[in-house]
Amino acid sequence: MDVKDGRTVKGVNFVDLRDAGDAVELAAYYAEQGADELVFLDITATHEKRKTLVELVQKVAKELNIPFTVGGGISTPEDVGVLLNAGADKVSINSAAVRNPQLISDLAKRFGSQCVVLAVDAKCIDGNWEVYLNGGRLPTGIDLFEWIVKAEQLGAGEILITSMNHDGTKNGFANETLAEISEMVNIPVIASGGAGNMEHFADTFIEGKADAALAASVFHFKEIEIPELKKYLKAKNIPVRI
Amino acid sequence: MKKQNIVIIDYDAGNIQSVKYAFERLGITPIVSKDKAVIRNADKVIFPGVGEASWAMNSLKENDLIDLIPELKQPVLGICLGMQLMCESTEEGNTKALGIFPVSVKRFTNEQKVPHMGWNQLDDLKGGLLNGIKPSEFSYFVHSYYVPLIEETIASCDYIVPFSAALQKDNFYACQFHPEKSGDVGVKVLKNFINL
Repeated sequence: MDVKDGRTVKGVNFVDLRDAGDAVELAAYYAEQGADELVFLDITATHEKRKTLVELVQKVAKELNIPFTVGGGISTPEDVGVLLNAGADKVSINSAAVRNPQLISDLAKRFGSQCVVLAVDAKCIDGNWEVYLNGGRLPTGIDLFEWIVKAEQLGAGEILITSMNHDGTKNGFANETLAEISEMVNIPVIASGGAGNMEHFADTFIEGKADAALAASVFHFKEIEIPELKKYLKAKNIPVRI
Repeated sequence: MKKQNIVIIDYDAGNIQSVKYAFERLGITPIVSKDKAVIRNADKVIFPGVGEASWAMNSLKENDLIDLIPELKQPVLGICLGMQLMCESTEEGNTKALGIFPVSVKRFTNEQKVPHMGWNQLDDLKGGLLNGIKPSEFSYFVHSYYVPLIEETIASCDYIVPFSAALQKDNFYACQFHPEKSGDVGVKVLKNFINL
């Protein structure tokens, strides 16, 4: 869920919610539908408004009985401390970790690896996977595989990989690359970017060897309903909580 | 739900907000405290924990809580690291722990991804704390160290090896999973604990 100034944005269009922008209500809806974890990405532009994120995290934690991750603009251990104290289970870091990899180990030491999710946006050009920042607009010159190995060594507890080549295409996840990464590291890999139908989820668990799959718009627009998706995956012998 | 005085032990080890909120959803407002008298006078005590074992034991020591916890007479529920600290010792930081459960906590081998993070199934359920939970129902785990199966095991789980998902000895209860994050299954565990 993308949130801005404490409210969900981007195409959330439920008829059965009183307020489609109410992140707490939406979170409760997904929890009830059987989502296993939720991720909130704060896209609030200004630093002053970040206080609303902390308030949101608190409200979500009061309401929700499943784990959730909060990300977006986190750059210091202090930021993380505030969010965890408000009730977040994990935080995801992205640009700040690329600019200062030491942040990963600082967070792992202070809060434990289990709550440090490294989010990576990557793009493949001519067969080379490169780490990008700013939602895929800013190339870093850093090789995706090298970055992930380094992040694991520094203490990242999970890796959330979004393929910019697949994101928004609805043609499936970047399974070949995900499988390569999943075999390379000993921490869970979350696949993101490309979900269009239920088969894509099965594919990313089987071919992509992903430990979890993340999607937004297919759920927001009810193109896929979570209970139906989980039944489908179970029928394919993929272990899911129903 | 029975009105009662539930105290969450506050020893600066991790996120206790979620545990507090989970009880509040059940209509109980727990007290969060490190005061020995407050803990001793509770109807029930929650011993949470997220973080590293030797650091957490040190924090218990600094708060002068090491002798208090094993002597408590009311129902005590250890959660996650709290459960591991209720054992004899743990391989994490080669730490001597509280010694309530006669077992040493071991680290998972790296045959699969560690930490064991996510939803996994409970089995060999022995009632009590787990009343109303069906075999193979899922709960939420995050841990790199595990308690082997022992006589006091009241639920098992399997990841790399079979291990204890929950323990009980006299008034001491413990679960490796996070009931506060385990959806309806977790709600049942907390309700069972409240109703003990």
